[in-house]
Amino acid sequence: MLLTYIVKRIIWTIPFLFAVSLVSFALIQAPPGDYLTTFAATLAQSGDMVDEQRLEALRTRYGLDQPFIVQYWKWISGVLQGDFGISFEWQQPVSHLIWERMALSVCLALSTLLFTWAIAFPIGIYSAVRKYSIGDYIVTTIGFLGLALPNFLLALVLMYVGVVYFGANVGGLFSQEYQMAPWSWAKVVDLLEHIWIPVVILGTSSSAALIRIMRANLLDELNKPYVTTARAKGLSEFKLLIKYPVRLALNPFVSTIGWAFPQLISGAVITAFVLSLPTAGPLLLQALLAQDMYLAGAFILLLCTLTVVGMLVSDILLALLDPRIRYQ
Amino acid sequence: MATVTPLRPKPLAQRAEAPVVLEVEGLVTAFPTRHGLFKAVDDVSFALEAGRTLCVVGESGSGKSVTARSILQIVDTPGRIVEGRILLHRHRTSRGKGSDDTVDLASLEPRSNAIRAIRGRDIAMIFQEPMSSLSPVHTIGNQIGEVIRLHEHVSKKAARARSIELLRQVEIPTPETAVDRYTFEFSGGMRQRAMIAMSLACNPSVLIADEPTTALDVTTQAEILGLIKRLQDDHGMAVMFITHDMGVVAEIADAIVVMRHGKLVERGSVEKIFFEPQHDYTKMLLQAVLDLDRPSERRLERRAVQPLGPPVVEIRNLTKHFDLRHGLFKRKGHVLKALDDVDLALRMGENLGIVGESGSGKTTLGRCLLRVHDPSGGAMLYHGANGVTADVATAKGAELAAVRRDIRMIFQDPFASLNPRMNVAQIVGEPLLVSGIASGADLRKRVGELLDLVGLPANAMERYPHAFSGGQRQRIGIARAIALEPRVIVADEATSALDVSLRTQVLDLLLDLQERLGLSFIFISHDISVIRYFCDRVAVMYRGQVVEVGETEDVCNDPQHGYTKALLSAVPHPDPRHRGMLGRHRYQAGA
Repeated sequence: MLLTYIVKRIIWTIPFLFAVSLVSFALIQAPPGDYLTTFAATLAQSGDMVDEQRLEALRTRYGLDQPFIVQYWKWISGVLQGDFGISFEWQQPVSHLIWERMALSVCLALSTLLFTWAIAFPIGIYSAVRKYSIGDYIVTTIGFLGLALPNFLLALVLMYVGVVYFGANVGGLFSQEYQMAPWSWAKVVDLLEHIWIPVVILGTSSSAALIRIMRANLLDELNKPYVTTARAKGLSEFKLLIKYPVRLALNPFVSTIGWAFPQLISGAVITAFVLSLPTAGPLLLQALLAQDMYLAGAFILLLCTLTVVGMLVSDILLALLDPRIRYQ
Repeated sequence: MATVTPLRPKPLAQRAEAPVVLEVEGLVTAFPTRHGLFKAVDDVSFALEAGRTLCVVGESGSGKSVTARSILQIVDTPGRIVEGRILLHRHRTSRGKGSDDTVDLASLEPRSNAIRAIRGRDIAMIFQEPMSSLSPVHTIGNQIGEVIRLHEHVSKKAARARSIELLRQVEIPTPETAVDRYTFEFSGGMRQRAMIAMSLACNPSVLIADEPTTALDVTTQAEILGLIKRLQDDHGMAVMFITHDMGVVAEIADAIVVMRHGKLVERGSVEKIFFEPQHDYTKMLLQAVLDLDRPSERRLERRAVQPLGPPVVEIRNLTKHFDLRHGLFKRKGHVLKALDDVDLALRMGENLGIVGESGSGKTTLGRCLLRVHDPSGGAMLYHGANGVTADVATAKGAELAAVRRDIRMIFQDPFASLNPRMNVAQIVGEPLLVSGIASGADLRKRVGELLDLVGLPANAMERYPHAFSGGQRQRIGIARAIALEPRVIVADEATSALDVSLRTQVLDLLLDLQERLGLSFIFISHDISVIRYFCDRVAVMYRGQVVEVGETEDVCNDPQHGYTKALLSAVPHPDPRHRGMLGRHRYQAGA
């Protein structure tokens, strides 16, 4: 039962991914002009004359004069073989540029998600069980502050505090000496030393949101008849709480993987700029501004794929957690 | 008052002295509110005897559930026991060790280990709604095994074996596989059986059952009551059975406690309460039940003066299939025939009852008539006041709108069917406003008239639904239904959520409106007594088909179809001398 559900669900992602790739390619093509017009404009600004014939030649060479569907086909068939094309701006294969940044983005997103859960889960339960207590009010207030504060502002404040009071090196994800170094254990340790600042910054608002969600869900579940039944069995209050209402309040929690993932990656752009993180966000923005279509396309496609995979993971987790979904 | 036959009843069973297992003395359970303490249970005393059943009877809000929960100290916060004693005489149970071992449960802390050791072990409880009272995400075996492992030091394997044995005791088929299944895979009756198995896990000496059969069909109810009785005989439990249904009380009770507004009104043996009730409230409760168990005199008088007219709705070969196929590769054959070739006619001024179990298609029929569902086949001819006949099954646009103005609905749940954010004037006036018939001062005047028709004061207009009791809310729902001067009203379980004493009032109101406005009713109910009171003819539905149609009295007194016989014999009679349910008919399709 569970297996057929998972297989079905995976099969469904295939047409979905196809649609996503089509839409992302169309989105990149949507702004008027192409990379060459932007290129020509940049050159013109700096006073250089551009030879129209040379532009035409380039356009033909890159295949930019061909119809949409042909361009799409060329691109997607390459992608399927692992070839994401060449970045116009960087004059390098796209795959060289993106993998490390994507990996760091995913790493950051996952850490933030874990951080969010670790904070939101116990606090959410606490503030539901001790509804309207002093503790609940304090947590709620902090939660609303976390929701209301923009991430970049928090980033600036934390950076200021870090530099001025602790003298810490707060920019980026690595210390100077490791920035260009190949991966090693020492580099991983260095990453762990740096990653907590962006994790805290990015995690604050989503934790605050999750605390509210957990609290509301649990409050709904706490008065359900099955809780009374469990109490009438003689279970202790804590065991009862964890086994029954919390278990049922978890569903929306798990669903958050689906939406938290893309939000963390795309929403992190401004924070990534402020903290100069070597993640995908800043590069994507730059690629979009320069109409560097293959680079931008690769990013968007990967982000969308991640979203789809996130949804898939959360659906499978939900099915594991809740038999009602499994058996539908 | 229609008195019960003045014959002295014979004793129901030869009763030997039975040991008192649990005593409740002067119990007061209160909830602090802004206006001080609200006593949900106020000075209640009774005793439970081993092997005997005590029925606690009362209408909603009488405090019977809170009493039960007080015994286990599981009253919802912020309620708590303020006064009184709850003595559990353990030495008189099978668990006793001979010496005097009496615990005062009222003195124990609700979170203490002492009370937790008693919950589920000495005293077990089963609840009303078997769906929501069991966790949907844990298997049956997990939930039963949990109680066993909680109170006895046994291995998981042993607990599982015991769970299977318990499921077998409560007659769940193939208990070896059922133990690993989830509650939503069971029917309502099966869930309640699983719940009972769970409560019996540790051989309790007291079983508290809080309306355990209220959410079930009569046939399932009869089976569950039989099961509880059999288990009680086997285990010698004292049973405290909470219900509002006097029929059930008559069927199972040895002793009765009548409660009202948190106070104990009257207590005594079943014979004493049924045949020599002392208190007016007890008399009223019994009378309300008796009133319902026969045709309304008023309806019969009216029919004698004004015979029924020509058909106003004719349903021909109506079918409705629900497609249960889903998923990527649609498999064939998963079709639920909710309505299977139904033929019915409703005459002008007639009350047509539709009775059947849940899942029999009676609600689907009502919804098809209002085109909430589109039928899969067949016709529903509606003969309008202007002589035009419309087929409701296929009507569209203006034609459908016209039909919907003439056929209105009254819903079951008076709480859920009224928008809590709208006041009564808005609720009742909405159909008038939407169809552009009245607005402004004209609308208010019309709403006032409607409220007057259903017996509500005009000042009700400004208030919101939560300010009204269940019976009053149902009146609001009725006012809304008659706002557009319809000709046909479909009432889907319109009185099921109401207390017995209110049912007759609402039914009389509907009869009154029928007289004044010339209405015809399609009255959907699972409750035979209500149908008997209100309906001229009754159609019995079973698995999407109408198995029997006829004059209500004929069908009730001389049922022809096997299913009708089974249904009628499962209805508990409010007379303890006729405990007939256990020897009832059973009906299996195809048998």
